Amino acid sequence: MTGRRSFWLFTALAFGYAFLYLPIVTLIVYSFNDSRLVTVWGGFSTRWYAELFRNEQILSALWLSVRIAAMTATLAVILGTLAALTLVRFTHFRTRMLFAGMVAAPLVMPEVILGLSALLMFVTLEQAIGWPPGRGMTTITIAHVTFTSAFVAVIVQSRLSQLDVNLEEAAMDLGARPWKVFFVIILPIISPALIAGWLLGFTLSMDDLVIASFVSGPGATTLPMVVYSSVRLGVSPQVNALATLIVVVVATGVIIAGWLLHRQARRAGR
Amino acid sequence: MNTGPAPADTAGASSLKRRFERGVKSLTQGRLGRAAVIALPYSWLLLFLLLPILIVLKISLAEIALASPPYTPMLQWAEERTLALQVHIGNYAYLWQDPLYVGAYMNSLKVAAVSTVFCLLIGYPMAYGIARAPAGWRIVLLMLVILPFWTSFLIRVYAWIGLLQGNGLINHLLLSIGLIDQPLVLLHSNFAVYLGIVYSYLPFMILPLYATLVRMDLTLLEAAADLGCPPWKAFLTVTLPLSMPGVIAGSLLVFIPAVGEFVIPDLLGGPDSLMIGRVLWTEFFSNRDWPVAAAVAIAMLAVILIPLLLFQRVGERETTRER
Repeated sequence: MTGRRSFWLFTALAFGYAFLYLPIVTLIVYSFNDSRLVTVWGGFSTRWYAELFRNEQILSALWLSVRIAAMTATLAVILGTLAALTLVRFTHFRTRMLFAGMVAAPLVMPEVILGLSALLMFVTLEQAIGWPPGRGMTTITIAHVTFTSAFVAVIVQSRLSQLDVNLEEAAMDLGARPWKVFFVIILPIISPALIAGWLLGFTLSMDDLVIASFVSGPGATTLPMVVYSSVRLGVSPQVNALATLIVVVVATGVIIAGWLLHRQARRAGR
Repeated sequence: MNTGPAPADTAGASSLKRRFERGVKSLTQGRLGRAAVIALPYSWLLLFLLLPILIVLKISLAEIALASPPYTPMLQWAEERTLALQVHIGNYAYLWQDPLYVGAYMNSLKVAAVSTVFCLLIGYPMAYGIARAPAGWRIVLLMLVILPFWTSFLIRVYAWIGLLQGNGLINHLLLSIGLIDQPLVLLHSNFAVYLGIVYSYLPFMILPLYATLVRMDLTLLEAAADLGCPPWKAFLTVTLPLSMPGVIAGSLLVFIPAVGEFVIPDLLGGPDSLMIGRVLWTEFFSNRDWPVAAAVAIAMLAVILIPLLLFQRVGERETTRER
């Protein structure tokens, strides 16, 4: 690679990363600003964090979101893994195209459509069979599972398609039943993908505003719904503090994951 | 599932019979297991993804009514016990005639297309740079692209409010270095919407581009150089065509969700940045007109159906090639 070209590539990367990170950095910096105003630096302070931890509304919304996200991620991993297995292993069955389309659709479908359609279905179902009774945590979880399992399916699918089919065949030849092959051979190999899928499902569910707003009911206010209504009124230092905490948690997670991946790659390389 | 004696117990039977039994058993078990694996995700998706969209289609053909739920039923018991089918296409006619809706559709398509181009212009050099970086650096650079995606989308959009508003950081900076005399109106403008979409969707563009660029055979470029091809020409005739699958996948991953985007135009856009996702939201939450909101959703689906099918085709080809 010539020097001039690597200089340009370096500039492009530097510019790109600055674009990606400057807004996040300013959020973090101003979360420690004593002044309520964005442009005025009133000195270092952690008062917004103290206020955040006293904010009952935010704390209860956070707890609701965490419960929904944990439930969503668990169900999405089960459904997404089954969907990925179907797509990778069963290449020939009728209506496979429809199935593949339905699995991929939530990846790109606008959230407003997913939210509206889920709500109208819940209303229709309630009218017809009396379930689900009203809307709240259950309906949000169902709608979240539907769209997050698509992301899980993509992750698991890419891992499954790298899998050596010989391993399975060898196990089958030695008399292992399909379910045993799955639990003893496939599951351990794809477990990193399942963990990644669970974490992604959790994050997507925690982060969703649009779908939750449609299918939520009275009393079920998730964290993004609280943040959205406060952000609409303008900049709020408490949201900055919350954002900083989210960034710290996510960065820690990503660094740990990166370190594990790095270690795994080094061990595999040896 | 485990019925009948295990092969080891039937020691007395002939080996042929044993083998036959085992063959039959594994066949039925395989089928049963297979049906179970397919049935669960299939029925979930049918019930919670396809059925809802059909219901939206149904309600888009209803009329708004003072009832709970607020629309007229499609099938109604008319007089003398005949079932009357009520189909009302007025909602679609209404969308077509009102310039507000047509304008919002056109604006959504324009905003999504322009944002996709900018994502490509910023994302391609970045993906290229990451793919050609030393192998040890790649994972770190890639992690840095993914990290913002894992933090809250809403909060990343919110970050721009603080930067763009009248007394925000950017205006403050420009004023203090004397480039402008009075604050620019950056927030609540179309510019802010473009910026927000490009910023939020950039990782979706970089990741598929990186995936194709890193798999590329670099000896092709060496061959081109050996044959006297200048680097820019080698890029246009070798690298760019080979990275086309990534370009298409990335563009669709940005374009399709951007068409229906709600949060970004709502928080960063002005009153004139009407996008179709925002119109649907207002129609539903403020006007409480469910049939019109449903019609807006169906019309939006129709607009993105072609790129959606294209996306699935690309995805299918990708998985068959990997296998």
